[in-house]
Amino acid sequence: MLRSLAALLIFQCLGESVSYVFSLPVPGPVIGMLLLFAFAMMRPAAATAIEPTALELLRHLSLLFIPAGVGIMVSVQTVRGEAFAVIASLILSTTLGIAVTALVTRALLRRQRRRNVEESAS
Amino acid sequence: MNSHLPIDKLDAIWVYLAASPLLGLTLTLVAYLIALNVYARAKHNPLANPVLIAVAIVVVALKLTDTPYRTYFEGAQFVHFLLGPATVALALPLYRQWDKLRRGALPLLGGLVAGSLTAIVSAVGIAKLLGATPQTLASLAPKSVTTPIAMAVAEKVGGIPSLTAVLVISTGVFGAVTARWILNAVGVRETDVRGFAIGVASHGIGTARAFQVSEEMGAFAGLGMGLNGVFTAFLVPVLLPILLRWL
Repeated sequence: MLRSLAALLIFQCLGESVSYVFSLPVPGPVIGMLLLFAFAMMRPAAATAIEPTALELLRHLSLLFIPAGVGIMVSVQTVRGEAFAVIASLILSTTLGIAVTALVTRALLRRQRRRNVEESAS
Repeated sequence: MNSHLPIDKLDAIWVYLAASPLLGLTLTLVAYLIALNVYARAKHNPLANPVLIAVAIVVVALKLTDTPYRTYFEGAQFVHFLLGPATVALALPLYRQWDKLRRGALPLLGGLVAGSLTAIVSAVGIAKLLGATPQTLASLAPKSVTTPIAMAVAEKVGGIPSLTAVLVISTGVFGAVTARWILNAVGVRETDVRGFAIGVASHGIGTARAFQVSEEMGAFAGLGMGLNGVFTAFLVPVLLPILLRWL
């Protein structure tokens, strides 16, 4: 577990460095994730070794959002007089975002599958 | 000797503990365990979202003891810090699902572009229609992506990063709680598509919910979150000025 945690931290450091050096808008941990992914492709054995700790951490991802969530509740008055506009926008746009992503992804996946079937048939 | 502690002794212990990071950390973990218990008893109903319940418990505890957020965060920061390594850890479920992801790469990218654009344009459009200021609109535009990216984007386009953080967390909780019904309503049953949509529209908190359903759904949610984070970081600075002029 300790080795896996060290590996995750090392890749986070690498990601932070890349993000800083190239002043990318993408945060370090996201780049660290891409680097670890590339590493896993090259060394599947290492991926298998890190996996149990990684999954355990992800299983409790909810826990990690609690401190930030509490901060939000405490500073919620920042929205002031625009509360209605902001809440309505948030609810509608998130609902639309989920629905449109799902419907478009599924439609494209089905079309791809149909094409593959046609190709293998002809 | 008195076997029970006098009140002023208890008070002294409280003052002593409250000054160390121990209480904030303990409170976070205990609130999470209680929230998980409620979630299990509610048969994993999305309304009993563990983040929502745990946050409520902590907020009530802080209000009752009159503890400022800064004091609480001194302990809670150890938990908060793990968000970084957890993001890195998303590489592993992605790696496991890689074959499936690669075969569906083009449809997934198409869904990402459509969903991300819909979320940004509708968020800015609706708020503008209801009279929000340009500064609030700029804070709203990146709300569907993970907090660090969203805050950086908001800062770049003239929004208020701390307001963006509020909107990002609210979006995540709203998405995690309602995704099941939204996806059922539009008739999408496929686990991979459901996970991907949750990740694109409600980032890490949605992804946390997806991991509670299954590892496959979590992997696709993590992919959606990562892709939309990168996409939005480049898109919003270009798109927002155009939207503000048109709307």
